[in-house]
Amino acid sequence: MAETRTTAGAGTTADTGTVWRPVAGRSVAGSRKASRSTRAWRVWSSAAIVVAVVLAVLIVPPLADLDEQAVHLADKLLPPSLEHPFGTDDVGRDLLLRCVYGLRVSLLVGVVAAVVATVIGTAVGALAASAGGWVDRVVMRLVDVFSSVPHLLLGIFIVAMFRPGVWPVVISVALTHWLSTARIVRAEVLSLRSRPYVDAAISGGASRWRVTVRHLLPGVLPQAGLAAVLMVPHAIWHESALSFLGLGLPTHQASLGTLVQGARSSLLAGDWWPTLFPGLFIIVPTLAIAGLAGAWRDRINPRRRSELML
Amino acid sequence: MARLVGRRALFAVPVLLAVTFGVFAVAEASPFDPVKAYAGTAGLTSSQENLDQLRANLGVDKPLVSRWWDWLTAALHGDLGDSSTLRQPVADAIGERVGWSVLLAATAFVLAVLVGSALGVLAARRPGGWLDRCVTSLAYTLEAAPPFWLGLLAVWLFALKLGVLPAGGLTDTSSVAVTAGQVARHLVLPAAVLAVSQLPWFVLYVRQGVGDALGDDPVRGARARGLAERTVLLKHAFRSGMLPVLTLVGSRVPELITGALLVETVFSWPGIAAATVQAATSVDFPLLAALTALATVAVLLGNLLADLLYGLADPRVGFDG
Repeated sequence: MAETRTTAGAGTTADTGTVWRPVAGRSVAGSRKASRSTRAWRVWSSAAIVVAVVLAVLIVPPLADLDEQAVHLADKLLPPSLEHPFGTDDVGRDLLLRCVYGLRVSLLVGVVAAVVATVIGTAVGALAASAGGWVDRVVMRLVDVFSSVPHLLLGIFIVAMFRPGVWPVVISVALTHWLSTARIVRAEVLSLRSRPYVDAAISGGASRWRVTVRHLLPGVLPQAGLAAVLMVPHAIWHESALSFLGLGLPTHQASLGTLVQGARSSLLAGDWWPTLFPGLFIIVPTLAIAGLAGAWRDRINPRRRSELML
Repeated sequence: MARLVGRRALFAVPVLLAVTFGVFAVAEASPFDPVKAYAGTAGLTSSQENLDQLRANLGVDKPLVSRWWDWLTAALHGDLGDSSTLRQPVADAIGERVGWSVLLAATAFVLAVLVGSALGVLAARRPGGWLDRCVTSLAYTLEAAPPFWLGLLAVWLFALKLGVLPAGGLTDTSSVAVTAGQVARHLVLPAAVLAVSQLPWFVLYVRQGVGDALGDDPVRGARARGLAERTVLLKHAFRSGMLPVLTLVGSRVPELITGALLVETVFSWPGIAAATVQAATSVDFPLLAALTALATVAVLLGNLLADLLYGLADPRVGFDG
C-alpha cells in the first residue's frame, strides 16, 4: 500500500515514527479544537500554581515569623473558617501553616531526590551508551533487574536498614528512581551518536570521553531535565507514602505524609479537614508540575505531543 | 507456550540472584547490626564473648557472599529463616498473609481493568468531547492522588458518614469465624480504593489505544461497510486498541503491589503490608529479604502473564518469537 500522507491526524500516530495514516476527520477535528483552546490556559494556570507554591515555600517560613508548631489546645479541631482557612489539627495547630511547612519539607526531599536520581541515571545511561559492548549489556540488564522490584518496597527496605530520617528518605527515593532516567539517556545518546556532527567530531580526532561530554551530553540535557522535573512530584509521592507508613520523616516534622498520618485519629473521629488538605497539597502541585513539564516536552519534541505522561 | 514459560523461568534465575544479592549488599552497607537487634536491651549489658558467640550462632560473622549463599540454599529448601518480630518462621508468616493480599490485589485489578476499559472506550469515542474531558481530567487528578489519602477519605465517607461499609479489618470485631460474607463486605472498600488508584492508567491507555485504532484502516473499512457504530467500536477498535495495553499490564504489577501496601495499611487488611511495615520498623531482615524477593517474583509473573495474554489476544504474535 502506498503511504498516504495527510496533515490531519499526524499528531495522533506520528509518535511511533511508523506509517502516517489518514485519520477519521471527525475525531481529529474534535481533539484539535479541544487541545488548542485549553492548552494555553492549562500552561498558564500550571505556571501560576508552581509560582505560588515556590513563593509560599520560600517566603512564608523565613519572612512571616509564624510558629507552625505552636499548640493551642483550646482551638483544637476547629473546622475551616476565615481565621483558619484549613481548620486546625488535634492540638490546635493551624493546618494551612502546617501544610505550607509540610510542602516545604516534601518539596525539598522531592527536588534533592530527583536531582540525585537524575545525576545517577544520566551518568549510568551515558556510560552504558558510550562504552557499548559488554559494559552496556551488563549495565542495562542490571537496570532491567532492579526495575522488577516495586519502588516502594525497595524504598522501605533501604529506609529500614538506614533508620528513618530525611536523608535516608532522600537516598531511598533517589536510589529507586534513576533506572528510568538511565534508559532514556542511553536511548537518546545512542540516537545522537548517529548524527553527522558526532561523526565529524570523531574524524576530527576527538576522544570517546570528549565526544560524550562535549557533544552527546548537551544534547541529552533537555530530556534528562524533563525527566528530573517529572520526577519531583513522584519523589514527593514516595516521601509521603513512606512517612505515612511511619518509615519516613519523624512524626513531629511536618511533611505532607506525616500530616496525613497524624490526621488519621482525627479522621476516625469524623473530622475530615486534617486529612483532606495535605492530600490536596500533594495533588495540585503534582498536576501543575506535570502540566508545565508537558508544555516543555511539546516544545522540545512536538512529535510526541499525544504521548501520555505522569 | 511452554517454551515461553520455560525461557522466562530461566531469566528469573539471574534476576532473583541479583535482587537477593543486592538486598544483602544494602544490609551490609547499612549501620544495622543484626546481633544488637537480636539481643535487644540485653545486648547493652552482655559481655563481648556472649555477643561474639551470638554473632557466630546467627552466622553473621561470615563474609557477605557466603551469608547470601547460605540464605539462598536454605531458601531453596523452603527455609527462609525466622522472623524476629513475628516470632515465627518467615515462610509461615508470609504463607498466612499472602492469600489475603492476593485476594485484595486481584479483585482490585479486575475491577480496574473492567471499569478502566469501559471509561477509556467511552472517552475515546469522541476525543475532545465533554465526556472525554471529564474522564481525562479525573484520571490525571486520581493519578496524582496518593492511595492512602483516597483510602482515608473513603473510610470517612462510606464508613463514618454513610455507615454503609466497615472501616477496616477482615471481619467484624465481634465475630469469631471468618465467613465469606463477612470477608466480602470488608473487601468492598479496600478493593474499590485500590482499583480507583490503578484506574487512571487503564483509562488513559485504553483511551489512547482505542483512539488510535479508530483511525486505522480496518476500522475505516468496517465503517465503510456500514457496520453499526457499536460493532465498530467494540469488535474492531477495542480489540486492536487493547493490544498495546495488554503488553503494559505486566508493568503495572509493581504499582499494584505499592498501592496494595498502602491500602492494606489504611484498612488494617491482614495481608503482607502490615508484616512489611512491622518488619521495616523493627528491622526484621529475614522477613524483609523474603518479602522483597517475593515481590520480585510477583512482578516477573505479571510480565509472563502479560506476554501470554498478548499471545492469546493477537494471533499474529507467536509464543516462540
